[in-house]
Amino acid sequence: MAHTLDLESIVNAFSGKNVGMGVDEKALISTLGNSHKDHRKLFRKASKGFFEEDEERAFEKCHDQFVKHLKLEFSRFNNAVVMWSMHPWERDARVVKKALKKGDECYSLIVEVACTRSSDDLLGARKAYHSLFDQSMEEDIASNIHGSRRKLLVGLVSAYRYEGNKVKDDLAKSDAKILAEAVASPGEKAIENDEVVRILSTRSKLHLQQLYKHFNQIKGSDLLAGVSDSSLLNDALLCLLKPSVYFSKILNASLNKDADKGTKKWLTRVFVTRADHSDEMKEIAEEYNQRYGETLAQNIQEKIRGNYRDFLLTLLSKSN
Amino acid sequence: MATLKVSSSVPSPSEDAEQLKTAFEGWGTNEDLIISILAHRSAEQRKLIRQTYHEVFGEDLLKSLDKELSSDFERAILLWTLEPGERDALLANEATKRWTSSNQVLMEVACTRTSTQLLHARQAYHARFKKSIEEDVAHHTTGDFRKLLVSLVSSYRYEGDEVNMTLAKQEAKLIHERIKDKHYSDEEVIRILSTRSKAQINATFNRYQDDHGEEILKSLEEGYGDDKFLELLRSTIQCLTRPELYFVDVLRSAINKTGTNEGALTRIVTTRAEIDLKVIGEEYQRRNSIPLEKAITKDTRGDYEKMLVALLGEDDA
Repeated sequence: MAHTLDLESIVNAFSGKNVGMGVDEKALISTLGNSHKDHRKLFRKASKGFFEEDEERAFEKCHDQFVKHLKLEFSRFNNAVVMWSMHPWERDARVVKKALKKGDECYSLIVEVACTRSSDDLLGARKAYHSLFDQSMEEDIASNIHGSRRKLLVGLVSAYRYEGNKVKDDLAKSDAKILAEAVASPGEKAIENDEVVRILSTRSKLHLQQLYKHFNQIKGSDLLAGVSDSSLLNDALLCLLKPSVYFSKILNASLNKDADKGTKKWLTRVFVTRADHSDEMKEIAEEYNQRYGETLAQNIQEKIRGNYRDFLLTLLSKSN
Repeated sequence: MATLKVSSSVPSPSEDAEQLKTAFEGWGTNEDLIISILAHRSAEQRKLIRQTYHEVFGEDLLKSLDKELSSDFERAILLWTLEPGERDALLANEATKRWTSSNQVLMEVACTRTSTQLLHARQAYHARFKKSIEEDVAHHTTGDFRKLLVSLVSSYRYEGDEVNMTLAKQEAKLIHERIKDKHYSDEEVIRILSTRSKAQINATFNRYQDDHGEEILKSLEEGYGDDKFLELLRSTIQCLTRPELYFVDVLRSAINKTGTNEGALTRIVTTRAEIDLKVIGEEYQRRNSIPLEKAITKDTRGDYEKMLVALLGEDDA
């Protein structure tokens, strides 16, 4: 044989289950691409997770899951590039549409788009929605979701928040009192309270910041410590008041080795949708660093492979 | 169709601004001159005149008008001179204030404008009132009215003609059931009215008529009178499906009441002159056997009357 097989580096190049995301394209070319067919047989025999020995017929059968896994990992770079090339409005419209289709667990994505974008960007996403799906975002959401979650989500995506710097402190204070009472009522869910929905879906972000201060004073506890048993409501509060904390938390979740398929995809979404806003990206990276002790860049370097990794790091460096 | 008459060659904005300045000079005001200019310029032209007037004379045209004019005529000129988005924002803001509150006006602005026009109103609202329209509407309304009005004012309807007939059938049935049970403020009813495109809503109510033998507006006539919410709901549907008829109804009650409701009259003439006042006028005549212009001149006088007539395209200018 021309050269010995570096099994370990091949497996690493594929990003086996517990080893992060993406595919090390260069390594695959130089090891697998360069390999003799006997090498590859050894590789197949050694990779019980990907290939199954068919002893009767003397060959190593490929698992479906291997094909699926590769497809997924190879596609991360692809998806990131496609998403990056799209207009931000189209990106967001597609995120919302997909979240609606996937159901329950993904509704927080709708909250994310509605609460972390500027008023004009959210409006743009609604325009793109008309163009892409021949209906309005709010009608799609309203016809697919019911009850109190519908009220909150439709309210949040329909908002066209004032973005200037005028705030009426006494209004913020009275809204804070209302919110404080709403979260204190035993048995009654805050998300079902019309006043809560009103405040969260119509007030400007500056007003909400002021409200936040008053709330913490009135209650003596942190509004963002999770005041509701509705995760959607909690997400909305976090997105509206401290988006960089929200984003650093979900980035951390996506980089966790036990993250599920859906959660891992958050990494691409956050990077691609925030990289154009270099101030925000910087804040997210700093928040991440403070919370988790290592830098985003480090984490990505260790856990991601290949073109996908390089692409993410490039997006990240734009903010520096 | 619009009734606004603009001649094919208009003076430059600076010439118009100069002329307007002379209308303010000396004792009294030359209202005829003001009407002959402003009532015969498009929104874009009025915008330029206002800008030029400010550049040349250092004062907002509207301020000058405010100083010189009074009451109904002034109100008409004010509303007319504002850009459509600013106008709608002003109307909406007034509608949330205690002494001038009007759920009807809020609904009217939300439902008879195109998605883009409503958007401009929301943007103008930010600029002028330092708040969002929806936060003010939400803050100043309660209960069912809030549910309906906030949703209407926040809508950004799809504006294509595509219609899903299956959906229309489903939603017509749904609405029929709710109405039968008198659940007028049901979530689903509000959802449909405030999110669906106008084309879809029209299809839904056409289907409703086919399936139940009577028009939705007729179905909602029962229980009328004291139920203010039902009244608003009915007007909402009318605005979304047959706005011209809605405007005719409002005009009729504005003009025929003992003591004309100038507020409504001014509002409708100034907000529709560039949109569909012609169609409204035709419909008015059809239903009342008297031309709109005649009805107006019977009930109004002076410069106010002249201004309205000019906007109707019926003056000699």
